[in-house]
Amino acid sequence: MPEISPFVILFAAVFTNNILLVYFLGMCSFIAVSNTTQTALGLGAAVTFVSVLTAAAGWPVYHLVLVPLGLEYLQFIVFIVLIAGLVQFVEMVIERKSQTLYDNLGIFLPLITVNCAILGLCLFMVNWRYGFLQSVAWGAGSGLGWFVAVVALAGLRQKIRFSKVPPALEGPGITIVVAGTMAMAFMGFAGMVAIR
Amino acid sequence: MSEHARNIAPPAMPLGLRIKASPEYRTFKTQFWDDNPLFRQILGVCSALAVTNLVTNTLVMCVAVTLVTACSSCLYALVRDATPPRTRLLVQMLIIASFVIVVHLFLAAYMFAVSEQIGAYVGLIITNCIVLGRVEAFATKNRPWLAFVDGIGAGCGYSLVLILVSLPRELLGFGSLCGVAVVPESLPRWNIMVMAPAGFFGLAVVIWVCRALQLRAQAGKARPGGK
Repeated sequence: MPEISPFVILFAAVFTNNILLVYFLGMCSFIAVSNTTQTALGLGAAVTFVSVLTAAAGWPVYHLVLVPLGLEYLQFIVFIVLIAGLVQFVEMVIERKSQTLYDNLGIFLPLITVNCAILGLCLFMVNWRYGFLQSVAWGAGSGLGWFVAVVALAGLRQKIRFSKVPPALEGPGITIVVAGTMAMAFMGFAGMVAIR
Repeated sequence: MSEHARNIAPPAMPLGLRIKASPEYRTFKTQFWDDNPLFRQILGVCSALAVTNLVTNTLVMCVAVTLVTACSSCLYALVRDATPPRTRLLVQMLIIASFVIVVHLFLAAYMFAVSEQIGAYVGLIITNCIVLGRVEAFATKNRPWLAFVDGIGAGCGYSLVLILVSLPRELLGFGSLCGVAVVPESLPRWNIMVMAPAGFFGLAVVIWVCRALQLRAQAGKARPGGK
Protein backbone atom coordinates (compact mmCIF):
# COMPACT_ATOMS: atom_id res chain seq x y z
CA MET A 1 0.00 0.00 0.00
CA PRO A 2 2.38 2.73 -1.13
CA GLU A 3 -0.17 5.56 -1.25
CA ILE A 4 -0.84 6.05 2.48
CA SER A 5 1.20 8.82 4.07
CA PRO A 6 3.34 7.78 7.06
CA PHE A 7 1.75 10.55 9.12
CA VAL A 8 -1.68 9.09 8.57
CA ILE A 9 -0.36 5.70 9.66
CA LEU A 10 1.21 7.21 12.75
CA PHE A 11 -2.10 8.81 13.72
CA ALA A 12 -4.13 5.73 12.89
CA ALA A 13 -1.84 3.44 14.88
CA VAL A 14 -2.39 5.51 18.00
CA PHE A 15 -6.14 6.00 17.75
CA THR A 16 -8.17 4.02 15.22
CA ASN A 17 -5.93 0.95 15.01
CA ASN A 18 -4.57 0.91 18.54
CA ILE A 19 -2.44 -2.22 18.81
CA LEU A 20 -3.73 -2.97 22.27
CA LEU A 21 -7.40 -2.14 22.15
CA VAL A 22 -8.10 -3.20 18.57
CA TYR A 23 -5.57 -5.97 17.89
CA PHE A 24 -5.28 -7.13 21.52
CA LEU A 25 -1.50 -7.31 21.47
CA GLY A 26 0.65 -6.90 24.55
CA MET A 27 -2.18 -7.77 26.92
CA CYS A 28 -0.11 -9.80 29.39
CA SER A 29 2.26 -7.05 30.39
CA PHE A 30 -0.60 -4.55 29.99
CA ILE A 31 -2.48 -6.24 32.82
CA ALA A 32 0.65 -6.94 34.85
CA VAL A 33 2.13 -3.43 34.95
CA SER A 34 -0.94 -1.21 34.96
CA ASN A 35 -1.07 -1.25 38.76
CA THR A 36 0.50 2.14 39.17
CA THR A 37 0.95 5.04 36.78
CA GLN A 38 4.67 5.10 37.54
CA THR A 39 5.45 1.62 36.26
CA ALA A 40 3.04 2.07 33.35
CA LEU A 41 4.95 5.17 32.26
CA GLY A 42 8.25 3.30 32.50
CA LEU A 43 7.24 0.28 30.50
CA GLY A 44 5.25 2.40 28.02
CA ALA A 45 8.32 4.47 27.24
CA ALA A 46 10.48 1.37 26.87
CA VAL A 47 7.98 -0.30 24.54
CA THR A 48 7.68 2.81 22.37
CA PHE A 49 11.45 3.03 22.10
CA VAL A 50 11.97 -0.61 21.18
CA SER A 51 9.05 -0.74 18.75
CA VAL A 52 10.45 2.14 16.67
CA LEU A 53 13.86 0.47 16.57
CA THR A 54 12.38 -2.93 15.75
CA ALA A 55 10.31 -1.58 12.89
CA ALA A 56 13.29 0.32 11.51
CA ALA A 57 15.56 -2.74 11.74
CA GLY A 58 12.98 -5.37 10.87
CA TRP A 59 11.93 -3.88 7.54
CA PRO A 60 15.40 -4.03 5.91
CA VAL A 61 16.06 -7.47 7.34
CA TYR A 62 12.84 -8.85 5.90
CA HIS A 63 12.80 -7.09 2.54
CA LEU A 64 16.52 -6.97 1.78
CA VAL A 65 17.64 -10.30 3.23
CA LEU A 66 14.80 -12.79 3.67
CA VAL A 67 12.77 -12.00 0.54
CA PRO A 68 15.68 -12.16 -1.96
CA LEU A 69 16.79 -15.43 -0.41
CA GLY A 70 13.27 -16.86 -0.42
CA LEU A 71 13.39 -17.49 3.33
CA GLU A 72 10.18 -15.72 4.32
CA TYR A 73 9.08 -18.70 6.39
CA LEU A 74 11.94 -17.98 8.79
CA GLN A 75 10.41 -14.60 9.64
CA PHE A 76 9.24 -15.66 13.12
CA ILE A 77 12.66 -16.84 14.25
CA VAL A 78 14.46 -13.91 12.65
CA PHE A 79 12.15 -11.31 14.19
CA ILE A 80 12.33 -12.89 17.64
CA VAL A 81 16.12 -13.02 17.55
CA LEU A 82 16.20 -9.46 16.23
CA ILE A 83 13.96 -8.19 19.03
CA ALA A 84 15.91 -10.06 21.70
CA GLY A 85 19.15 -8.68 20.31
CA LEU A 86 17.82 -5.13 20.12
CA VAL A 87 16.50 -5.25 23.68
CA GLN A 88 19.87 -6.50 24.89
CA PHE A 89 21.62 -3.75 22.94
CA VAL A 90 19.32 -1.02 24.22
CA GLU A 91 19.81 -2.30 27.74
CA MET A 92 23.59 -2.08 27.43
CA VAL A 93 23.52 1.40 25.89
CA ILE A 94 21.17 2.76 28.53
CA GLU A 95 23.25 1.22 31.31
CA ARG A 96 26.36 2.97 30.02
CA LYS A 97 24.82 6.33 29.18
CA SER A 98 22.21 6.99 31.83
CA GLN A 99 22.17 5.22 35.15
CA THR A 100 18.91 6.86 36.27
CA LEU A 101 17.05 5.81 33.13
CA TYR A 102 18.49 2.32 33.53
CA ASP A 103 17.30 2.11 37.10
CA ASN A 104 13.84 3.20 36.03
CA LEU A 105 13.51 1.00 32.96
CA GLY A 106 15.83 -1.80 34.08
CA ILE A 107 13.40 -4.53 35.02
CA PHE A 108 11.04 -3.74 32.16
CA LEU A 109 13.48 -4.12 29.31
CA PRO A 110 13.79 -7.93 29.37
CA LEU A 111 10.01 -8.18 29.57
CA ILE A 112 9.73 -6.47 26.21
CA THR A 113 11.31 -9.42 24.44
CA VAL A 114 8.18 -11.45 25.08
CA ASN A 115 5.77 -8.56 24.60
CA CYS A 116 3.63 -9.70 21.72
CA ALA A 117 2.94 -6.11 20.65
CA ILE A 118 6.47 -5.84 19.28
CA LEU A 119 6.45 -9.11 17.36
CA GLY A 120 2.89 -8.38 16.28
CA LEU A 121 3.68 -5.04 14.74
CA CYS A 122 6.51 -6.66 12.76
CA LEU A 123 4.17 -9.34 11.41
CA PHE A 124 1.46 -6.80 10.58
CA MET A 125 3.83 -4.47 8.74
CA VAL A 126 5.03 -7.42 6.65
CA ASN A 127 1.49 -8.70 6.02
CA TRP A 128 0.26 -5.28 4.93
CA ARG A 129 3.29 -4.74 2.64
CA TYR A 130 4.29 -1.40 4.12
CA GLY A 131 7.28 0.54 2.77
CA PHE A 132 10.17 1.56 5.00
CA LEU A 133 8.85 4.94 6.18
CA GLN A 134 5.37 3.54 6.59
CA SER A 135 6.77 0.72 8.72
CA VAL A 136 8.68 3.10 10.96
CA ALA A 137 5.58 5.27 11.35
CA TRP A 138 3.53 2.17 12.15
CA GLY A 139 6.12 1.07 14.73
CA ALA A 140 6.22 4.49 16.37
CA GLY A 141 2.44 4.81 16.33
CA SER A 142 1.90 1.36 17.79
CA GLY A 143 4.38 2.02 20.57
CA LEU A 144 2.71 5.34 21.35
CA GLY A 145 -0.74 3.76 21.18
CA TRP A 146 0.32 1.10 23.67
CA PHE A 147 1.82 3.82 25.86
CA VAL A 148 -1.41 5.87 25.84
CA ALA A 149 -3.58 2.85 26.58
CA VAL A 150 -1.45 1.47 29.41
CA VAL A 151 -1.12 4.83 31.16
CA ALA A 152 -4.85 5.51 30.85
CA LEU A 153 -5.67 2.08 32.26
CA ALA A 154 -3.23 2.54 35.14
CA GLY A 155 -5.00 5.77 36.02
CA LEU A 156 -8.37 4.05 35.98
CA ARG A 157 -7.11 1.13 38.06
CA GLN A 158 -5.95 3.46 40.79
CA LYS A 159 -9.58 4.56 41.16
CA ILE A 160 -10.86 0.99 41.19
CA ARG A 161 -9.12 0.46 44.51
CA PHE A 162 -11.89 2.47 46.14
CA SER A 163 -14.73 0.62 44.45
CA LYS A 164 -16.59 -2.47 45.52
CA VAL A 165 -15.85 -5.26 43.05
CA PRO A 166 -17.47 -8.73 43.21
CA PRO A 167 -14.89 -11.06 44.79
CA ALA A 168 -14.72 -13.37 41.79
CA LEU A 169 -14.01 -10.45 39.47
CA GLU A 170 -11.28 -8.84 41.54
CA GLY A 171 -7.86 -8.15 40.05
CA PRO A 172 -7.46 -9.15 36.42
CA GLY A 173 -11.17 -9.68 35.79
CA ILE A 174 -12.23 -6.12 36.49
CA THR A 175 -9.16 -4.88 34.62
CA ILE A 176 -10.38 -6.63 31.50
CA VAL A 177 -13.83 -5.07 31.90
CA VAL A 178 -12.23 -1.64 32.19
CA ALA A 179 -10.07 -2.35 29.14
CA GLY A 180 -13.21 -3.33 27.23
CA THR A 181 -14.84 -0.04 28.15
CA MET A 182 -11.73 1.75 26.91
CA ALA A 183 -11.90 -0.22 23.68
CA MET A 184 -15.48 1.01 23.25
CA ALA A 185 -14.33 4.57 23.82
CA PHE A 186 -11.61 4.14 21.20
CA MET A 187 -14.22 2.85 18.75
CA GLY A 188 -15.36 6.45 18.66
CA PHE A 189 -12.27 7.18 16.57
CA ALA A 190 -13.19 4.52 14.02
CA GLY A 191 -13.79 5.82 10.55
CA MET A 192 -11.55 8.86 10.88
CA VAL A 193 -8.77 7.25 8.88
CA ALA A 194 -8.36 3.81 7.33
CA ILE A 195 -4.97 2.20 6.87
CA ARG A 196 -5.83 -1.14 5.38
CA MET B 1 -23.22 -29.34 51.87
CA SER B 2 -23.86 -33.04 52.20
CA GLU B 3 -24.09 -33.18 48.44
CA HIS B 4 -20.55 -31.87 48.28
CA ALA B 5 -19.29 -34.38 50.84
CA ARG B 6 -20.64 -37.18 48.69
CA ASN B 7 -18.78 -35.79 45.69
CA ILE B 8 -15.46 -35.96 47.50
CA ALA B 9 -15.55 -39.71 48.12
CA PRO B 10 -17.61 -41.33 45.37
CA PRO B 11 -17.92 -45.11 45.23
CA ALA B 12 -15.61 -45.05 42.20
CA MET B 13 -14.38 -47.89 40.01
CA PRO B 14 -10.85 -49.03 40.89
CA LEU B 15 -9.70 -47.90 37.44
CA GLY B 16 -11.18 -44.46 38.01
CA LEU B 17 -9.38 -44.18 41.32
CA ARG B 18 -6.14 -45.28 39.76
CA ILE B 19 -6.48 -42.65 37.05
CA LYS B 20 -7.29 -39.99 39.61
CA ALA B 21 -4.22 -40.85 41.67
CA SER B 22 -1.83 -40.86 38.72
CA PRO B 23 0.54 -37.90 38.32
CA GLU B 24 -0.67 -37.44 34.74
CA TYR B 25 -4.24 -36.83 35.87
CA ARG B 26 -3.20 -34.40 38.58
CA THR B 27 -0.90 -32.51 36.25
CA PHE B 28 -3.62 -32.25 33.66
CA LYS B 29 -6.30 -31.17 36.10
CA THR B 30 -4.08 -28.52 37.70
CA GLN B 31 -3.49 -26.89 34.35
CA PHE B 32 -6.97 -27.45 32.99
CA TRP B 33 -8.96 -26.05 35.90
CA ASP B 34 -7.20 -25.30 39.21
CA ASP B 35 -4.45 -23.11 37.75
CA ASN B 36 -6.09 -22.47 34.38
CA PRO B 37 -3.74 -20.28 32.30
CA LEU B 38 -6.46 -17.81 31.36
CA PHE B 39 -8.65 -17.27 34.38
CA ARG B 40 -6.10 -17.97 37.12
CA GLN B 41 -2.79 -16.88 35.65
CA ILE B 42 -4.11 -14.38 33.05
CA LEU B 43 -1.65 -15.51 30.40
CA GLY B 44 -2.15 -15.69 26.67
CA VAL B 45 -4.91 -13.13 26.68
CA CYS B 46 -3.94 -11.54 23.36
CA SER B 47 -4.93 -14.39 21.09
CA ALA B 48 -7.85 -15.31 23.35
CA LEU B 49 -9.45 -11.99 22.47
CA ALA B 50 -8.38 -11.71 18.86
CA VAL B 51 -9.51 -14.98 17.30
CA THR B 52 -12.74 -15.58 19.21
CA ASN B 53 -15.20 -13.86 16.86
CA LEU B 54 -15.50 -17.03 14.75
CA VAL B 55 -15.75 -20.52 16.22
CA THR B 56 -13.80 -22.17 13.39
CA ASN B 57 -10.84 -19.86 13.86
CA THR B 58 -11.02 -20.42 17.60
CA LEU B 59 -10.89 -24.20 17.24
CA VAL B 60 -7.91 -24.02 14.88
CA MET B 61 -6.13 -21.69 17.26
CA CYS B 62 -6.86 -23.96 20.24
CA VAL B 63 -5.44 -27.02 18.50
CA ALA B 64 -2.39 -25.02 17.40
CA VAL B 65 -1.65 -23.68 20.89
CA THR B 66 -2.21 -27.08 22.52
CA LEU B 67 0.12 -28.84 20.10
CA VAL B 68 2.82 -26.19 20.29
CA THR B 69 2.75 -26.12 24.10
CA ALA B 70 2.81 -29.89 24.47
CA CYS B 71 5.49 -30.53 21.84
CA SER B 72 7.75 -27.68 23.00
CA SER B 73 7.53 -28.78 26.64
CA CYS B 74 8.28 -32.37 25.69
CA LEU B 75 11.19 -31.50 23.41
CA TYR B 76 12.70 -29.07 25.87
CA ALA B 77 12.44 -31.66 28.66
CA LEU B 78 14.38 -34.03 26.38
CA VAL B 79 17.20 -31.64 25.52
CA ARG B 80 17.42 -29.58 28.70
CA ASP B 81 20.31 -31.54 30.20
CA ALA B 82 22.36 -30.86 27.09
CA THR B 83 21.76 -27.10 27.15
CA PRO B 84 24.01 -24.79 29.14
CA PRO B 85 21.98 -22.73 31.63
CA ARG B 86 23.03 -19.43 30.08
CA THR B 87 21.50 -20.15 26.70
CA ARG B 88 18.38 -21.72 28.19
CA LEU B 89 15.98 -18.99 27.13
CA LEU B 90 17.36 -18.88 23.61
CA VAL B 91 16.98 -22.64 23.18
CA GLN B 92 13.41 -22.48 24.50
CA MET B 93 12.49 -19.69 22.11
CA LEU B 94 14.03 -21.53 19.15
CA ILE B 95 12.15 -24.74 19.98
CA ILE B 96 8.85 -22.88 20.30
CA ALA B 97 9.46 -20.89 17.11
CA SER B 98 10.23 -24.06 15.16
CA PHE B 99 6.94 -25.68 16.16
CA VAL B 100 5.06 -22.48 15.36
CA ILE B 101 6.61 -22.43 11.90
CA VAL B 102 5.47 -26.01 11.35
CA VAL B 103 1.92 -25.11 12.40
CA HIS B 104 1.95 -21.95 10.29
CA LEU B 105 3.10 -23.77 7.15
CA PHE B 106 0.60 -26.57 7.75
CA LEU B 107 -2.28 -24.09 8.01
CA ALA B 108 -1.12 -22.17 4.94
CA ALA B 109 -0.99 -25.42 2.96
CA TYR B 110 -4.20 -27.14 4.06
CA MET B 111 -6.51 -24.48 5.56
CA PHE B 112 -5.68 -21.41 3.55
CA ALA B 113 -8.84 -19.42 4.33
CA VAL B 114 -8.37 -19.79 8.09
CA SER B 115 -4.67 -19.08 7.76
CA GLU B 116 -5.40 -15.80 5.97
CA GLN B 117 -7.69 -14.65 8.77
CA ILE B 118 -5.64 -15.57 11.81
CA GLY B 119 -2.20 -15.60 10.16
CA ALA B 120 -0.45 -13.06 12.33
CA TYR B 121 -1.90 -14.54 15.49
CA VAL B 122 -0.48 -17.98 14.70
CA GLY B 123 2.96 -16.38 14.54
CA LEU B 124 2.24 -14.72 17.83
CA ILE B 125 1.97 -18.10 19.58
CA ILE B 126 5.75 -17.68 19.93
CA THR B 127 5.25 -14.83 22.37
CA ASN B 128 2.20 -16.45 23.97
CA CYS B 129 3.12 -16.45 27.64
CA ILE B 130 1.38 -19.80 28.20
CA VAL B 131 3.87 -21.67 26.04
CA LEU B 132 7.03 -20.12 27.46
CA GLY B 133 5.53 -20.25 30.93
CA ARG B 134 4.94 -24.01 30.81
CA VAL B 135 8.32 -24.72 29.25
CA GLU B 136 10.10 -22.62 31.84
CA ALA B 137 8.06 -23.55 34.90
CA PHE B 138 7.34 -27.23 34.30
CA ALA B 139 9.51 -28.74 31.57
CA THR B 140 12.72 -27.63 33.27
CA LYS B 141 11.96 -29.88 36.24
CA ASN B 142 9.93 -32.83 34.99
CA ARG B 143 10.11 -35.89 32.74
CA PRO B 144 9.32 -35.42 29.03
CA TRP B 145 6.11 -37.45 29.18
CA LEU B 146 4.76 -35.50 32.14
CA ALA B 147 5.79 -32.25 30.46
CA PHE B 148 3.80 -33.31 27.40
CA VAL B 149 0.72 -33.99 29.55
CA ASP B 150 1.21 -30.66 31.27
CA GLY B 151 1.31 -28.88 27.91
CA ILE B 152 -1.86 -30.66 26.79
CA GLY B 153 -3.56 -29.64 30.04
CA ALA B 154 -2.59 -26.01 29.66
CA GLY B 155 -3.71 -26.06 26.02
CA CYS B 156 -7.07 -27.61 26.93
CA GLY B 157 -7.60 -25.09 29.71
CA TYR B 158 -6.91 -22.33 27.21
CA SER B 159 -9.27 -23.96 24.70
CA LEU B 160 -12.05 -24.25 27.28
CA VAL B 161 -12.09 -20.50 27.86
CA LEU B 162 -11.69 -19.59 24.19
CA ILE B 163 -14.58 -21.79 23.10
CA LEU B 164 -16.80 -20.38 25.85
CA VAL B 165 -15.97 -16.85 24.68
CA SER B 166 -16.36 -17.57 20.98
CA LEU B 167 -19.72 -19.37 20.98
CA PRO B 168 -21.87 -16.38 22.00
CA ARG B 169 -19.76 -13.99 19.92
CA GLU B 170 -20.34 -15.81 16.65
CA LEU B 171 -23.91 -16.79 17.50
CA LEU B 172 -25.02 -13.25 18.30
CA GLY B 173 -22.66 -11.37 15.99
CA PHE B 174 -23.00 -13.37 12.78
CA GLY B 175 -25.98 -15.57 13.63
CA SER B 176 -23.98 -18.67 12.75
CA LEU B 177 -21.90 -21.45 14.28
CA CYS B 178 -18.73 -22.59 12.52
CA GLY B 179 -19.96 -20.71 9.45
CA VAL B 180 -23.37 -22.47 9.35
CA ALA B 181 -26.29 -20.07 9.77
CA VAL B 182 -28.45 -21.12 12.72
CA VAL B 183 -30.20 -17.91 13.79
CA PRO B 184 -33.06 -16.85 11.47
CA GLU B 185 -32.48 -13.74 9.34
CA SER B 186 -35.36 -11.94 11.04
CA LEU B 187 -33.41 -11.51 14.26
CA PRO B 188 -31.10 -8.51 14.22
CA ARG B 189 -27.35 -9.13 14.45
CA TRP B 190 -25.40 -7.65 17.34
CA ASN B 191 -22.56 -5.97 15.49
CA ILE B 192 -20.77 -5.13 18.70
CA MET B 193 -20.21 -8.85 19.37
CA VAL B 194 -17.75 -9.24 16.50
CA MET B 195 -15.83 -6.10 17.42
CA ALA B 196 -13.04 -5.61 19.92
CA PRO B 197 -14.95 -4.59 23.11
CA ALA B 198 -17.10 -7.73 23.09
CA GLY B 199 -13.91 -9.79 23.26
CA PHE B 200 -12.92 -8.05 26.47
CA PHE B 201 -16.38 -8.33 27.99
CA GLY B 202 -16.82 -11.96 26.93
CA LEU B 203 -13.50 -12.93 28.48
CA ALA B 204 -14.31 -10.99 31.64
CA VAL B 205 -17.64 -12.80 32.01
CA VAL B 206 -16.01 -16.22 31.56
CA ILE B 207 -13.33 -15.32 34.11
CA TRP B 208 -16.04 -14.14 36.47
CA VAL B 209 -18.10 -17.33 36.21
CA CYS B 210 -15.13 -19.69 36.48
CA ARG B 211 -13.62 -17.84 39.43
CA ALA B 212 -16.99 -17.79 41.17
CA LEU B 213 -17.27 -21.56 40.73
CA GLN B 214 -13.76 -22.03 42.10
CA LEU B 215 -14.38 -19.74 45.06
CA ARG B 216 -17.57 -21.58 45.86
CA ALA B 217 -15.77 -24.93 45.74
CA GLN B 218 -13.08 -23.58 48.05
CA ALA B 219 -15.66 -22.26 50.48
CA GLY B 220 -17.33 -25.68 50.46
CA LYS B 221 -14.02 -27.36 51.31
CA ALA B 222 -13.14 -24.84 53.99
CA ARG B 223 -16.32 -25.51 55.93
CA PRO B 224 -16.13 -28.47 58.36
CA GLY B 225 -17.33 -31.00 55.82
CA GLY B 226 -17.67 -34.48 57.36
CA LYS B 227 -18.23 -33.56 60.95
